[in-house]
Amino acid sequence: MRYLPLTPADRDEMLARVGVPDVDALFADVPRNKLTRELPDLPLTKSEIEVERALRRMADRNTAAGAVPFFVGCGAYKHHIPASVDHLIQRSEFLTSYTPYQPEIAQGTLQYLFEFQTQVAMLTGMEVANASMYDGSTAAAEAVLMAHRVTKRRKALLAGNLHPHYRETIATVARWAGDEVVALPPEPGGREQLAEAIDDTISCVVVQTPDFYGHLHDLRPIAERAHAAGAMMVAVVTEVVSLGLVAPPGEMSADIVVAEGQSIGNALSYGGPYVGLFATRQKYLRQMPGRLAGETVDAEGRRGYVLTLSTREQHIRREKATSNICTNSGLCTLAFTIHMTLLGEAGLRRLARINHANAVSLAGLLAAVPGVAVLNERYFNEFTIRVPGNAADVIERLAARGVLGGVPALRLEPTREELRDLIIVAATEVNTDEDRAAYAAALREVL
Amino acid sequence: MLNRQGRPSEAGQAETSAHSTFTGNRALQIEEALIFEIGRTETTGVDLEEPAAFTDRLGGLERTRPIGVPGLTEPETMRHYVRLSQKNYGIDTGIFPLGSCTMKHNPRLNEKAARLPGFGDIHPLQPLSTAGGALTLIAELARWLRVLTGMPAIAMTPKAGAHGELAGMMAIKAALAARGEKRSVVVVPDSAHGTNPATAALLGYRVEGFPARADGTVDAEEVKKHLSPQAAAIMLTNPNTCGLFERDVVAIAEAVHAVGGYFYADGANFNAIVGKVRPGDLGVDAMHINLHKTFSTPHGGGGPGAGPVALSAALAPFMPVPYVIADMNGVRMVEHASEVDAGAQPLGRMCAFHGQMGMFVRAMSYMLAHGADGMRQASEDAVLNANYVRASLSDLMSLPFGERPCMHEVLFDDAWLEGTGVSTLDFAKAMIDEGFHPMTMYFPLVVHGAMLIEPTESESKASLDLFIAALRDLAMAAKRGDTGRFSGAPYLAPRRRLDETRAARAPVLRWTPPAPQPVAAE
Repeated sequence: MRYLPLTPADRDEMLARVGVPDVDALFADVPRNKLTRELPDLPLTKSEIEVERALRRMADRNTAAGAVPFFVGCGAYKHHIPASVDHLIQRSEFLTSYTPYQPEIAQGTLQYLFEFQTQVAMLTGMEVANASMYDGSTAAAEAVLMAHRVTKRRKALLAGNLHPHYRETIATVARWAGDEVVALPPEPGGREQLAEAIDDTISCVVVQTPDFYGHLHDLRPIAERAHAAGAMMVAVVTEVVSLGLVAPPGEMSADIVVAEGQSIGNALSYGGPYVGLFATRQKYLRQMPGRLAGETVDAEGRRGYVLTLSTREQHIRREKATSNICTNSGLCTLAFTIHMTLLGEAGLRRLARINHANAVSLAGLLAAVPGVAVLNERYFNEFTIRVPGNAADVIERLAARGVLGGVPALRLEPTREELRDLIIVAATEVNTDEDRAAYAAALREVL
Repeated sequence: MLNRQGRPSEAGQAETSAHSTFTGNRALQIEEALIFEIGRTETTGVDLEEPAAFTDRLGGLERTRPIGVPGLTEPETMRHYVRLSQKNYGIDTGIFPLGSCTMKHNPRLNEKAARLPGFGDIHPLQPLSTAGGALTLIAELARWLRVLTGMPAIAMTPKAGAHGELAGMMAIKAALAARGEKRSVVVVPDSAHGTNPATAALLGYRVEGFPARADGTVDAEEVKKHLSPQAAAIMLTNPNTCGLFERDVVAIAEAVHAVGGYFYADGANFNAIVGKVRPGDLGVDAMHINLHKTFSTPHGGGGPGAGPVALSAALAPFMPVPYVIADMNGVRMVEHASEVDAGAQPLGRMCAFHGQMGMFVRAMSYMLAHGADGMRQASEDAVLNANYVRASLSDLMSLPFGERPCMHEVLFDDAWLEGTGVSTLDFAKAMIDEGFHPMTMYFPLVVHGAMLIEPTESESKASLDLFIAALRDLAMAAKRGDTGRFSGAPYLAPRRRLDETRAARAPVLRWTPPAPQPVAAE
């Protein structure tokens, strides 16, 4: 087997050194009747060419985003990733390294984590950011737990237009941790009266902008109301490119900002692995979950970086830790940092403008299709359309014409029949004029 | 004295050989500033065309203040991150014997497969009719995991080991709730990973710890003393964090079941027994599987991981959504609690979308390449390599639980260093100068000055022989009082020892622009 360097002669020699007759003697503590002799249901070792063939066969049955006019979003976005990003993250010293517990030989990882934390803090307009969470949804659940710790309250208020998967992720943790969650109903028109629902029993209000239906929100009145009630505001961003063009939550008095970072540097990959961004105010630092890289000096006085404030974490604090998180999203974090470095502020702003321009253009084209209405007044690169009839059928008919035209709202809110005619549509820099024209034409045909 | 390459070498010579350079660079080791110090906000390495004029739809919410993130052109970016990479140690650099972490070879075929457009470039919410191959892969990986664990259901979505633990413990809590029970205690041996008590506490359980017996394993009789009708579960790592197989495991499972509790197995060390023992046969109710350890999806500097959790028949109905069902009608995805088959009561949803698909592809690639025979061989080689290291060092270094076979990792303590003035930390740092990544230090907590060595099956005998020889040389140096080789180590790494106290006392967690220098007015 090509991955296993020991030869049969090596094994014999090594068993002799160990002083046992065969390898099963090393498994002597396993109850004899529990040892598995064979696994008849599984095939035997395969060559590289055979493995590649088998996997390619499966992959070829999927429609790749890059192969068609593609407008699917809702928390994961098709963006262009510069070739250098994927090359760099496959450097062995990044790909095959571990959590930087030995900082003297992990300065590469630690320095990029420090760069990442700084970039995230700048983008979100916050003071400090951690070295990443699993993804945006789990970061949101962690933010709610952190708000509970800070406020000593155990009830979270969720905006109706929070991504339904985020809502369910938060609600699942709350359900089994014994906390309370109040989720408002969706308002696809974007006119939710969230501030009015805030009272002094909640630890936090969780609000997304751009929201699940694409609407942008001014968070300041919500933050003001929350703070007056002694609660925190957790702002969720699922499309991080929007921060190149839209005022960041940190400038709208957010206490915690969580975001899905996939859009920068990370492939769609059917939903994961992605990278959760988590930023907050300096004063809440000790209640923050996750890894943190910090600056220090070495024995010769040279600048260097280490993992720090680990007394918050499970491997030190065990049952008193701020979170049970151990692994973060290291390599996805690196991809984010490299792509962000390539973009820089100038590039990110332009990328965001292109996204917005393409969305405005697409919204205009789709609104001109008879029977179609665009619901959004203000949006970034995603908006919601109302179509006559069943949106899921429309999406399937579009797919049959080679256009992946968005997400039927009902797919994520299956119990809300009132959403059955809504499609959430995203446009990014990868869409061409022809793609948008093809979408409008196909929509005309299928309606 | 000649070193292994046949050239003269002298211990301690390094301290005096490095003279300072103008740049601070040392040949291939190049000092590298932060992007914030070398980039500019107006520089970009991505050419994008400004869109034609249009009326924005931001409704007055546009960003007005600068962001501050600098950019670099592509050549500058390449150089910056390549230089950073050269300050890192990876599995491809050399042996990475970090116990409990399983740093085995990462086959590049897995990377290639995950990047096939049909896997890497598909969206989690595109129509299921356009993602049949993805569903098939998830179902197939789950099938392999079912066979290898001997357990009937696999919840695929958890994003890492600790997240899988959370899912598994939620399933236990859900199963108890379905029985109308609300229990308060989770029993966790002191040798457990920190994630175990942290997970139990997150779910509101009181964690009851207890010590292992003198041989490093958990005594079923001791467990029984902590089990009551209030015990929701025991969380047990097997093989345990001392690298030993829990020989009472079947009795422990029976005891916890006898009080109506469940057996959570931390699967972090599953790699020792894949193809040899099936956790389901041992009475396990839930066990997460770290795909990034056992099935070698890369660790990537601390993630991303993937933590599918295997569930017993008692817990399977509570599997979180979404999941893929493969039966004679084909493959389909259940995305919502409202769509499940009769009897299922999903505990909820662990995360957005369908889990770590990119890791699923890599794990599938690993499994297909190894096959049943290769995976069993990998487990055996991992165990043999660890025992070879044990047998080759036990005359110099102390084994806390005596001379007995270990599984995939061997645990030494620091009793043998007593009186030498060298600590476990010093010893580990001296290994860095020898070109090795240190072993896990000071974990598990149940052993003083723990050194946990996990060579994995990826090491050749020649690699192990050099590693062993170097450790013997270091051990003898420590014993003969050559403390200089240890106290200041590492001497040759990109950085000397870093001041962690300073980092924690006044945390600097981000770059900030330097304050403008006052101009001297005279």
